[in-house]
Amino acid sequence: MDKYRCTVCDYVYDPEKGDPDNGIKPGTAFSDLPDGWVCPICNVAKDMFEKI
Amino acid sequence: MSAVKILEGIYWVGAVDWNIRNFHGHTYTTSRGTTYNAYLIVDEKITLIDTVYGPFAQEMIENIRQIVPPEKIDYIVANHVEMDHSGALPEIMKLCPKAKVIGTSKCKEGLYRYYYGDWDFQVVKTGDKLKLGRRTLTFLEAPMLHWPDSMFTYIAEDALLLPNDAFGQHYASSERFDDEVDAPSLMEESAKYYGNILWPLSALVLRKIEEVQKMGIPIKIIAPSHGIIWRKDPMKIVNAYVSWAKNEVKPKIVIVYETMWGSTEKMAKKIAEGVADSGVSVKLFDVNQTDRTTVIKEMLDAKGYIIGSSTHDNDLLINIAGFLEFLKGLRPKNRIGCSFGSYGWAGGATGSIEGYLKKAGVEIAQQAIVARFAPDKDELKKCYEYGKSFADIVKKKG
Repeated sequence: MDKYRCTVCDYVYDPEKGDPDNGIKPGTAFSDLPDGWVCPICNVAKDMFEKI
Repeated sequence: MSAVKILEGIYWVGAVDWNIRNFHGHTYTTSRGTTYNAYLIVDEKITLIDTVYGPFAQEMIENIRQIVPPEKIDYIVANHVEMDHSGALPEIMKLCPKAKVIGTSKCKEGLYRYYYGDWDFQVVKTGDKLKLGRRTLTFLEAPMLHWPDSMFTYIAEDALLLPNDAFGQHYASSERFDDEVDAPSLMEESAKYYGNILWPLSALVLRKIEEVQKMGIPIKIIAPSHGIIWRKDPMKIVNAYVSWAKNEVKPKIVIVYETMWGSTEKMAKKIAEGVADSGVSVKLFDVNQTDRTTVIKEMLDAKGYIIGSSTHDNDLLINIAGFLEFLKGLRPKNRIGCSFGSYGWAGGATGSIEGYLKKAGVEIAQQAIVARFAPDKDELKKCYEYGKSFADIVKKKG
């Protein structure tokens, strides 16, 4: 599963870790994140992320 | 204030804003005023690091003129796009229109969106260097510390770090260095700055400090863009940042409340008494009487938060609601909380407070306590016990 970087603040979404603070379980692919999910650091939407 | 020599060939050329009391609109109370720190490096190339807030442009230009004619500036490094540091850029660029502006790609974009200037801009990334003559600048991107465009500039020859807003404080003074001012006041302003601005970015703060430590670069002086320069013991502020960023807490409780006719206040004071008698330090604030910036500073190292409000229109009062909305954005970690308040018929405030606390990431450690109209003797005794039991949980979990 690919990692994605926030183009605004450089936060990296790692599917292996998920985003448990915001209800995203480890093992969740970036494409499976709900539409309302936002960057946990700077709050921008998924479309501001790029694959790394 | 005149220019001040920081090191051989490096000068503070900023401005002191003695009278500002509200910063960033009304998001921060600058009770000690502030400074906008710009630094001038005189080498084979003349370089200005950051500027000042627009209304202070002439003060900065006069300070530069005390050292060199501003027309001779070759480079202007913009570590951060925000107006308190870039506001004087259009004015100074009129005097040195051929100077090259240097910053991150997001800084370039942001400066354009602020000023629409047609300036020669050089985009830099982490590790890029710029030789000035005897000295070389090294750039280190610091996204979200505290905006996406933020950057640190480092001068190896002087072991000088210019981290812009990081390690800064809103502290107006005629002195420029940490060894010249009152140390507790300086740390208090540093904590206010961290709590009210950087707290939600703590994970990034830790990562950046680790990154700089791994680089193994010597740092003798940290010269931020607000307030006092750290030269006596720069690690003091770095270590404080590490502790705040790790959300390290003390066995300390902060009570914040809003009251209509004084009943909620009576409860607050009894709860505080219970906490204090348990041997836990407590601070009590009526949200309408105390400056929010200071309350947040007190919450930065406290394990427990007790929030109170009378019920009005079936919900919490408006100013404590605004306070909790602000707290939510700061995303504290490793905290516990509870709520209290008086009501007349249906109640509702304490449930909303718990909702805010949960959204802020604060764990609700005990059920709310309420009293109808004015608390009677028994209820006040219960408030006292409520404070004691919460203090015991804080001691246990602290």
